Amino acid sequence: MPPDQSTHQEPERPRVGLFVTCLVDFFRPQVGFAAVKLLEDAGCEVSAPLNQTCCGQPAYNSGDSKSAAAVAEGVVRAFAEFDYVVAPSGSCAGMIHEHYPRLFQEDPVLGPMAADLAGKTHELISFLVDILGVDRVEAAYEGVVTYHDSCSGLRELKIKAQPRQLLASVAGAHLRELPSAETCCGFGGAFCVKYPEISNKMVSDKADDITATGADTLLAGDLGCLLNMAGKLSREGSGIQVRHVAEVLAGMGDAPAIGQIDEPMRKEG
Amino acid sequence: MDPTSHQFKENAKQALSNDNLQSALAQMKVGFVERRREAAEKIPEFDRLRDQARDLKNHTLANLDRYLERYERKAIEAGAHVHWAETAAEARKIILDICRQKQAKLVTKGKSMIAEEIALNEALEADGISRVETDLGEYIVQLRNEPPSHIIAPAVHVLREEVEEAFREEHTHLDDARRLSEPSDLLNEARAILREKYSEADVGITGANFLIAETGSSVIVTNEGNGDLTQTLAKTHIVIASIEKVVPTLEDASSILRVLARSATGQEFTAYTTFTTGPRRPEDTDGPEDYHVVILDNGRSDLLGTEFQDALRCIRCGACMNHCPVYHAVGGHSYGWVYPGPIGSVLTPTFLGVAEAGHLPNASTFCGRCEDVCPMRIPLPKMMRHYRQEEFDKGLAPPAARFGLDLWRFAATKPRLYRLGTRVASWAMRLAARGGSLRKAPLASGWTDHRDMAAPTGASFQDQWSARGGRRRPSAR
Amino acid sequence: MSEARSRIFGRVRAALDEAAPEEREDDAQLDARIAAHERGIRPERVDLDPPALVDLFVDQATKVNATVDRLADASAIPDALARYLASENLPAAFRMAPHPDLEALPWAERPALEIKTGSSDGADVVGLSRALSAAAETGSVMLCSGPDSPVTLNFLPETHVIVLRADEVGGTYEECWDVLRAKLGVGAMPRAVTFVTGPSRTGDIEQTIYLGAHGPRRLHILLVDAA
Repeated sequence: MPPDQSTHQEPERPRVGLFVTCLVDFFRPQVGFAAVKLLEDAGCEVSAPLNQTCCGQPAYNSGDSKSAAAVAEGVVRAFAEFDYVVAPSGSCAGMIHEHYPRLFQEDPVLGPMAADLAGKTHELISFLVDILGVDRVEAAYEGVVTYHDSCSGLRELKIKAQPRQLLASVAGAHLRELPSAETCCGFGGAFCVKYPEISNKMVSDKADDITATGADTLLAGDLGCLLNMAGKLSREGSGIQVRHVAEVLAGMGDAPAIGQIDEPMRKEG
Repeated sequence: MDPTSHQFKENAKQALSNDNLQSALAQMKVGFVERRREAAEKIPEFDRLRDQARDLKNHTLANLDRYLERYERKAIEAGAHVHWAETAAEARKIILDICRQKQAKLVTKGKSMIAEEIALNEALEADGISRVETDLGEYIVQLRNEPPSHIIAPAVHVLREEVEEAFREEHTHLDDARRLSEPSDLLNEARAILREKYSEADVGITGANFLIAETGSSVIVTNEGNGDLTQTLAKTHIVIASIEKVVPTLEDASSILRVLARSATGQEFTAYTTFTTGPRRPEDTDGPEDYHVVILDNGRSDLLGTEFQDALRCIRCGACMNHCPVYHAVGGHSYGWVYPGPIGSVLTPTFLGVAEAGHLPNASTFCGRCEDVCPMRIPLPKMMRHYRQEEFDKGLAPPAARFGLDLWRFAATKPRLYRLGTRVASWAMRLAARGGSLRKAPLASGWTDHRDMAAPTGASFQDQWSARGGRRRPSAR
Repeated sequence: MSEARSRIFGRVRAALDEAAPEEREDDAQLDARIAAHERGIRPERVDLDPPALVDLFVDQATKVNATVDRLADASAIPDALARYLASENLPAAFRMAPHPDLEALPWAERPALEIKTGSSDGADVVGLSRALSAAAETGSVMLCSGPDSPVTLNFLPETHVIVLRADEVGGTYEECWDVLRAKLGVGAMPRAVTFVTGPSRTGDIEQTIYLGAHGPRRLHILLVDAA
């Protein structure tokens, strides 16, 4: 017997605060819009507070906890009101989820606020799959794609199957696994400019592995890693297109790839 | 060994341009990772065994003094001489005194990282005592007159051709025309040469993977059998261990052994796991007449009760370096002291201070793979971050980095100013970009020397979002 | 020396008493913990009945390059050993541990075998020793030193042959410790106890495994079914 439709009520839409991340905000705003689309399609009410800047990770990882806390305090206050906070980045979500409570553990006011924020902060793709139960998207993308698992998302937030599950529902996209998908690309925030030669070796090896898959598109869930890998592939003259996975899942995969303009199919031949 | 950790960057540059080293590293970075994964998958309780090993070691460390007392009492009962050394210099003196008393001319050594830590080799040589490393990898680096580059695979940086070269150079009593092109040729030659040394040695020195409080035993694990020959055939056996090696019982050692080899080489168990308790018994027909144990502190007790205590859980399996992308890029010698890789990036500043070794905890992307594979679940990235903080707090961080962070903090705590700044920077970058990217950017040569920098695709998300009224589409409310 | 000892212990005590007094246990508690010989997690793979456990042992030992010959009873050992030596093109000579179980074997039926006993002088090609126990989980054989079990026999000859009874095969290392404690008493240890898991090997040249680094190149286990 079918459920009684007459008493069915629209459930309260979860109020999601979008933590855009400084890199997406600056370099690739369409990732933010892709995130908004995916969240709204999944029934969320999305806001992106204008008083957000950065999660504080640059200072935190440089040993400058005071500066990190000063910046993080802004995030803690700006996002206190939401049911969930979602970032299109495993790195920034990981920072808030894993490290904010430690950053404010001595603070009687911000400590509990940071713990509360940590508990409701998620990376975008894992939020869609694990919390909202999204198991497919309505999107099309023609091509062989390969996927890099960014370190923070993979290890701090256990993001591995979720993006693959959603990518499997994208019409026309064929996923070819990257053998070294779990190896760091060499970005590491300030690491890539503090130790440029080592970072270059790491991203060169990564670019070789990506090229060897024969895929025409590289996807990942963190813009820092994507800028690094895209920059290397571009410097090597590769035609491989690099995009944030949210762009493809939101059906926005037709915009120019990272580091390219208006020549989306810049393939040789 | 004089540390060169302060010149990590130069060491790393050299390593990156060393083609032989790069071929060796390209091989090791695949093999160890695959084998460890296979070993972990073969045993469904692997992660629970890791939790158990961590808890067990935490319990032991919390009661370290009492377990050490029990170990000592049982070892003495079994006829061991137990020596305590606060510093590397004291440990060297104890060992040299034993060697002198035994009028030792030749010492055989099993693999021991503590021996490297206390610079024992140099001390023995200065005293006119010949030393032969019996672990094949250690023997290779001894011939090449260099330190080990890995804690379980000392010669992992050496290519087969380079081993051949070292053998031809050093084994001059052998026929020049002999074939050494196959690894088995090299192995047979080393085997034959070392075979004579074991029983010729006056003193055999080994490390210890564990000390057992219950029985007063020391434990070594080796694949080659060299450690057993070293400790059986010399008249005197000296074990060098550090205070954190003790575990309560044979059962506890067994539990930790289940994660050791699997994490290290991906073997289920090492070929020889030997528990040694005291010297030869009156009724025995072989074994050393004298058995000494030197237990070293060298700063470890200072870690107890600090955020670095967890590092004392380390069982020296090498999994962290086997999985470290930075180690894979630059190899072990770049780290400039005894312990390379992630555990070295924690231990080296501990032993030598952040002024000498500050680079090591900084030279990490915090990818977290080390902690992910550590059988003892040591939070290595967290500890490296602690050292970065210590460095920053002490004012040792480079001025440019401090200035950058101050500037960033100033802007990032003022959202309006931040948006203004990003607007200007975005406009400038888009103006300078060609085809969507920049090949050069001021202040970012570390990036653009090696890769292009994508230009912003347009106005910032924040600006576009505000322009649209803060909604992608009207709210239902 | 004793000054160093007291300073080390002083620092350790002070740090631990201050940092985590709640985790500190007194002497009686720690002695009780040691005496309990509490076992950790038991690998699932050894949850087998005795015949299957012996099969697991054989399987695991074979995986690490040991060879195993299963014999119906101990009287078959001299024959089996002679055949093994011939099949490996080894001389019909070996050095035997002076163990009563080995000495009691019907060697006279194989007069061509040249037998020496005692510790190895390094010239022996084959060593024969008697195991105390074995752990099926990794195909490891437990050897304990003593007047009837010289350690040199386990490491110097290029070929190492071990006699093990099927009813001596346990699941885990912990079961081996129980056998040893039952034999020698709790807390007592022979000078050397070795778990042997396959022949000697090294991966020190380009991470490729080669057998016979310093110890035996071959490990052959004569596994006797009946007591």
